[in-house]
Amino acid sequence: MRIDLNEEQKLLRDSVREFAEEEVRPKAKEIDETGEFPSDFLRQAGELGLAGVAVPEEYGGAGMDTTAYTLVVEEISRVCGSSGVILSVNNSLVCDPLLRFGTEDQKRDFLTPLAAGQKLGCFALTEPEAGSDPSALRATATRDGDDYILNGNKLFITNGTNADIALVFATVDPELKHKGITAFIVPAETPGYARGGHEYKLGVNASGTTELSFQDMRVPASQRLGEEGEGFKIAMQTLDAGRIGIAAQAVGIAQAAFEEALAYSQERQQFGRPISDFQAIQFYLADISTELDAARLLTWKAAWAKDHEKRYTLEACQAKLFASEMAQRVTTRALQIHGGYGYIREYNVERYFRDARITEIYEGTSEIQKMVIADWILDHS
Amino acid sequence: MTQTGDSNLGPRLTDGQQLLQDEVRRFCEDRIRPGLAERDRNHTFPADILAELGDMGLLGMTVAEGFGGSGLSALDLVIVVEEIARVCPSVAVSLSVSNSVCCWPINRFGTEDLKQRVLPPLASGETLGGFALTEPGSGSDAGSLRTTAVQNGQNWILNGEKAWITNAGAAGFYVSFARTNPEAGHRGISAFVVGADTEGLSIGPPEEKLGLRASLTAPVIFNDCRVPNSHLLGQEGQGFKIALATLDHSRLGIAAQAVGIHQRAFELAVDYARQRVQFGRPIADFQAVRFTIAEMATRLAAARSLTRAAAAAEDTSQAGRLAAQAKLFAAEAANQACWDSLQIHGGNGFSEEYEIAKLYRDVRVTTIYEGTSEMQRRVIARHLLQ
Repeated sequence: MRIDLNEEQKLLRDSVREFAEEEVRPKAKEIDETGEFPSDFLRQAGELGLAGVAVPEEYGGAGMDTTAYTLVVEEISRVCGSSGVILSVNNSLVCDPLLRFGTEDQKRDFLTPLAAGQKLGCFALTEPEAGSDPSALRATATRDGDDYILNGNKLFITNGTNADIALVFATVDPELKHKGITAFIVPAETPGYARGGHEYKLGVNASGTTELSFQDMRVPASQRLGEEGEGFKIAMQTLDAGRIGIAAQAVGIAQAAFEEALAYSQERQQFGRPISDFQAIQFYLADISTELDAARLLTWKAAWAKDHEKRYTLEACQAKLFASEMAQRVTTRALQIHGGYGYIREYNVERYFRDARITEIYEGTSEIQKMVIADWILDHS
Repeated sequence: MTQTGDSNLGPRLTDGQQLLQDEVRRFCEDRIRPGLAERDRNHTFPADILAELGDMGLLGMTVAEGFGGSGLSALDLVIVVEEIARVCPSVAVSLSVSNSVCCWPINRFGTEDLKQRVLPPLASGETLGGFALTEPGSGSDAGSLRTTAVQNGQNWILNGEKAWITNAGAAGFYVSFARTNPEAGHRGISAFVVGADTEGLSIGPPEEKLGLRASLTAPVIFNDCRVPNSHLLGQEGQGFKIALATLDHSRLGIAAQAVGIHQRAFELAVDYARQRVQFGRPIADFQAVRFTIAEMATRLAAARSLTRAAAAAEDTSQAGRLAAQAKLFAAEAANQACWDSLQIHGGNGFSEEYEIAKLYRDVRVTTIYEGTSEMQRRVIARHLLQ
């Protein structure tokens, strides 16, 4: 079994790193503070083929695989957690389901501009009262001739402040619970579509998180993704893939924290020597590098499973659970190694610490990952 | 307060301490909680609230009554700091610093004359106190500080830069440490009480911090700063000993701050778990959430007991070790508690509209300042192995 990258993947990683260092890093601190959505980033990423990494070229994508996609998200997240999730959502939560479940017309009209980075997508599933339990969602879709009329409110929608196209989940009959949930492709200019303001968050503060609300919004049946009642299945399968992206994001944030903690520990002199001479610091660094490698390999394993058309729910959940908790531990330790300097905004590590925290929550909390993993291993034992 | 918070664990509180706790709790809810999120967002230091705490006698708690203080104990102090931190960790640290690292060493090591001049305005809250030990290049290794003090007739001339000074800009006096003998290592460090209006003392730009944004943190710079000989604290060369004794005491305040934050994180988790419904029932019904809450409460009780026991042991031979253990355990436990509480809040916890996001930022410094967790472990190990 090969677990190293091939030449093409290495080339991709290096070129994305260069782009990230030159174009993304210089703005990362500022957009975190102001919350300004990095519109230029998306356009530039699109030109490089990063908006639809695993989408075939005929639909505007880069035609690469899921492993390549994890490399892209890791490298971007290594310099800017907000940009990492913006990209991950567009790739995993919007392009991927359109590719898998869309009609040819839908792929041409919606997937192609999204994968090319000409348009930005968002994924509108969560509601105020339906987070971990999306089957309880209350947004409704009522059939009316050739259209559906959508009404409802969505919460914590990444990219929501700037998205051109939303993948919206609504129920055609709340009595049917998850079997009533249906997915729709909705351009933001559709009458009745409204966005909220910037949600001020602990971290990934420039990811355009906001509320969406739909009031008597008329959506043609031709923009329904999949069949009526198929939305829950689409959402769950989409999140399986999305979790690989979040795992990669967590690895990227942790990698950045590791690099800066390692450098700081060798520069910072206390008691007449670099603090990297102290065993406590050495053991922190040893733990960090071990956990980081383990998380990256688990993420690649999940990507490999997806690319080989196997069922990969278990691998994706394990990767997301482990990588996100790893990132939280690693950024905590990296901040600790920085001492007082870790607590001020002049250094990057406090941003990594804040950004890492969300990876344990969005696209399924750690608790949800554990529920899925436990169900899987108990059902298959 | 959630009944299961066991707010009276540890050494039994006297009736007077119970009254003090109740009074402070009421004040915190009435006067400190309103505007909490705005002060954090806008980095506003609430000088008016500190002044009111001074009126209540809480800024010179352990100062003798003859010098305008309240003549209270370290245990009284940790009870007060915990209550304030439960509502606003920024105000708690501002108060703890003024009491523990400014008033306390002056009260203990100052001459009658110095105490008479300096302690009454600090104890009344007319002004606040600061503690200028840390420098950009000397944090955990405080003994390597580079600020110098050279005697010139009736004055000491101080030169150097101090970093991360809490209350910088608001404080009227800084207990400051400088090297008076470059040859003598730790024994060449002396302590001075420097008035903020002394010529040659200036305050650098405030730090933008992850948390505690309603507290002041800034560099204090001495540029040919002339400090009268009478403002030497203790003997020449005694500064490092004074610093260590002061930190042994002040760690109790940070432990208490961590306990207060832990208490609040716990209350928020319990309330949220009871009201948040997913999968058709409150998430408090799920075993994973229940066990997390059980762990939070257990560590909270342990941290509070240890902190109060350490405070009650002040002036005994075990005081240094117990204070370090309390600070280490309470800070680590409070960080875990804020993580747990935020996790129970799910996506809402990541929104700054909920109080737990701020607490998660605030709590992070408790394992860093007044001695990192690593330094506490070092102190504890030294006590055990020497």
